[in-house]
Amino acid sequence: MIDAEWSEHCSYKSSKALLKTLPTSGSRVLLGPGYDAGVLDAGDGCVVSLHIESHNHPSAVDPYGGAATGIGGVLRDILSIGTRPIALIDVLRFGNIGESQRSQWLFRNVVRGIADYGNCVGVPTVAGEVEFDESFERNCLVDVACVGVGRRRDLVLAQAKNPGDIVVMAGGSTGRDGVRGATFASKSLARDADSERSSVQVPDPFMKKLLIDSILDALETGEVKGMKDLGGGGLSSALPEIASKGGTGVELDIRRLSLREPDVTPLEAMISESQERMLLVLDRVRHKKALSILRKYGVPATIIGHVTDDGDITVKDGADVVARLPADFLANPPLIPRDSRAPVRQSDWVEPESPPDLSKVLLSLLSSLNVGGRRWIYEQYDHEVGVRTVLKPGQADAALLKLPNGRLLAVKADGNSAASALDPYSGASGCVAEACRNVVSVGAEPVAMVDHLQFGDPGDARVYWGFEEAVRGVADYCRGVGIPVVGGKVSFYNEDQLTGRPIKPTPIALVAGLVDKDERFVGPALKGRGDRIVLIGKTSMELGGSAYHSTVFGVQNGVAPRPSPQEDRRTNSAVLRLIRAGLAESVHDCSKGGMAVALAETCMGRSIGAEVELQGAPATRMGPASLLFSESHGRYIVSVRKPNLSKAGGLLARARVPYAVVGTAGGRSLRISLRGRRLVDVDVAKIIEGKESSISRALGEEQ
Amino acid sequence: MNVAVVRFPGSNCDLDVVKALEGTKGVRPKLVWHEHGGLDRFDAVVLPGGFSFGDYLRAGAIAARSRSVGEVRRLADRGVPIFGVCNGFQTLVEAGLLPGSLLRNSGLRFVCRWVTLRVENNRTPVTGRCSKGDLLRMPVAHGEGRFFLPSAELDSLKKDGRVVFRYAQSTERDGRGCNPNGSLDGIAGICNKEGNVVGMMPHPERAVDSLLDPEGRSDGSVIFQSLASALGGAS
Repeated sequence: MIDAEWSEHCSYKSSKALLKTLPTSGSRVLLGPGYDAGVLDAGDGCVVSLHIESHNHPSAVDPYGGAATGIGGVLRDILSIGTRPIALIDVLRFGNIGESQRSQWLFRNVVRGIADYGNCVGVPTVAGEVEFDESFERNCLVDVACVGVGRRRDLVLAQAKNPGDIVVMAGGSTGRDGVRGATFASKSLARDADSERSSVQVPDPFMKKLLIDSILDALETGEVKGMKDLGGGGLSSALPEIASKGGTGVELDIRRLSLREPDVTPLEAMISESQERMLLVLDRVRHKKALSILRKYGVPATIIGHVTDDGDITVKDGADVVARLPADFLANPPLIPRDSRAPVRQSDWVEPESPPDLSKVLLSLLSSLNVGGRRWIYEQYDHEVGVRTVLKPGQADAALLKLPNGRLLAVKADGNSAASALDPYSGASGCVAEACRNVVSVGAEPVAMVDHLQFGDPGDARVYWGFEEAVRGVADYCRGVGIPVVGGKVSFYNEDQLTGRPIKPTPIALVAGLVDKDERFVGPALKGRGDRIVLIGKTSMELGGSAYHSTVFGVQNGVAPRPSPQEDRRTNSAVLRLIRAGLAESVHDCSKGGMAVALAETCMGRSIGAEVELQGAPATRMGPASLLFSESHGRYIVSVRKPNLSKAGGLLARARVPYAVVGTAGGRSLRISLRGRRLVDVDVAKIIEGKESSISRALGEEQ
Repeated sequence: MNVAVVRFPGSNCDLDVVKALEGTKGVRPKLVWHEHGGLDRFDAVVLPGGFSFGDYLRAGAIAARSRSVGEVRRLADRGVPIFGVCNGFQTLVEAGLLPGSLLRNSGLRFVCRWVTLRVENNRTPVTGRCSKGDLLRMPVAHGEGRFFLPSAELDSLKKDGRVVFRYAQSTERDGRGCNPNGSLDGIAGICNKEGNVVGMMPHPERAVDSLLDPEGRSDGSVIFQSLASALGGAS
């Protein structure tokens, strides 16, 4: 039990001290890190919950089951605080699916696992992010985030406060699957990782759907006093947590558990990670209604023990006490100090000369795996169920969901493994900056985030240095723009089991934002011919880790883009004011592939071209290719109707945000010039074709 | 007029259909748990989408043998309007209340996408307020929606005018895959001989709120308004 609960996966023993430096409070934060999910006040008694989980190791050995159970886990986190899961967001990393059979196998099955589970359970998958890089060849990353809604008065905490209350196990039966899963996740994959398949849990989305429906109904009875999902570490992790948080103890008899197979030993029962199970603490006297609701849905529920006042976790096998340990001791493992060492980097990078045909470069970027369209993935996900999805995958920079109180919730997750490998501080702060921009682009004010930091073995001082830098990057940026971190997750030991090389550091940020009642929201697509195109934000020579570098030169080197929270704060609020004032017809942020890719993407939605002259664009001195493809943060492309141009310009000037009117929407092609010299001239039809076909082409499928 | 929306374990569009009906004048929806029965108190029955009983065995196969669907069979014989959407359609086909099979999509993958439907028959309880040839936009979301019927039966289905909806091409951009699942003859929805039992794969309940429609339309509303009219409940 101690092995499971004190594993890195459950205990955060290598990361806890650093994670304390993140800003976690804000006016909307009701619950921050340390609970199953972060909870935000969305107004009018309505709350929004957020959580992110990963299932990297399980997905690397069993991509279908691993990805599916990853969703199962994050759904339980949202459910266990008493909120209804309303949206899933997935962030994935694979090797090069254009070249590697193994990566194709992982990719196809991870997507299918997410689809089969998410679709069946009836929670729409509304947004996501994916990158392909060879460092993920054998250790793919599968992160799933979930958003929930509920009422403030219905929130339930993972605690057992009242001695005498009964402890109920609801949902699936307990088997040997997932035994030592948390331990498995807290080391590097073994060379013969296939032998670890029994560490992967078995998914049952149908049972999860019943669990969700029945528990949400049962909450209405007021009989549920505490709730905790059974995830990593199983009972050995959940019991100490509810007892320690409630200042109590728990006594249970493992013979009362409904077992899937005979001869499950007490130890296995305690650390099994069988899926679709929830632990409920019910009122000692009033618990009949809740139990009968579970029964109506056909959800097995058994009373396995009760809350005590002795502060101990007492495990009985019939009459025999097989374990007794203080809950606080189990729930609070000792922290491990880790060494860190900055890697030595060469700083003599010289930007290579760009190819002459920049139109061709643009097209090859658009159709590259890391920039190309994601339709192949998101069409396999039901993104509409629940009738809340206002802006859908592929339609805008962030997903937009209707909340019961009339507000709209924007969500988007981002990461940049290439930039993070060059400079984890910039990469980590950059992914927060990008996710914020995406949320701002649809017209939502960022209100909170959750992060997910994924690294190699923390015992390696260079890996641990990257982790420290990433945490510092997230902390500094969030503090600078005033966004609280309400939850998160750390995943270590992600490395290639053959080469022993760690994955590229992969910090991920999921940002949530709100659009007020009756306020405007916008999409990225140019809307009207003749609309003027405004470029907001300054371009610097920041091509390190860019899509341009990897696509054209196959290198990842140079200066990674570093966002400025002070400038971003000003820019984001100016863009939001443009949208709310009705001055912006469309808004799109510049990210992977830089300004040129962003411009091309604005042409796609309605097949409207644009004529652009970059002479006045705010930028430091650089060559044309760098100007087109640099991935500096803090930039947007906004289209404005001609009569509104002076108003919009005035607003931006007063906000001291650098901007320039760079072009006009219209025509059937995107033409970009610099001081009269034509750099790019590409048909919009070609842009659409290139962008839409990238994944099917890599997989060798017909469109 | 009272409309029952049957909830099976695993239904996941039940609340969405209830919401769509709540916004329709002249009908009062009620969620009915599949074991509870009493469907004969209702003027129409909707079988919503989802994964009833986890879609184990085959989509809709277990639900088709449930107590509720037994009742639905008797109501259908009496001419009561029965409307199945997505998994509800699959259930009606599995129950033999509608002909044919709904096979795995030709692309072998689940597909969630907005499509255009052409109304082929406006004499059913859910298309009465449409004109033949009307084009409606709404999403599909299914893994098994490829309608199939042996050719002789298909001919008589067509001859009897029992094809209610077909996937259609409305704009240039729809050219790519306007038939999302490889359905025979582009069939998206059909009815029984009497016309009171209708099943369709696309989700009209997801196209009621114009805010959720990428084009700001609300083409799904006409389906529910038609139902209200058919029940004599709409003004």
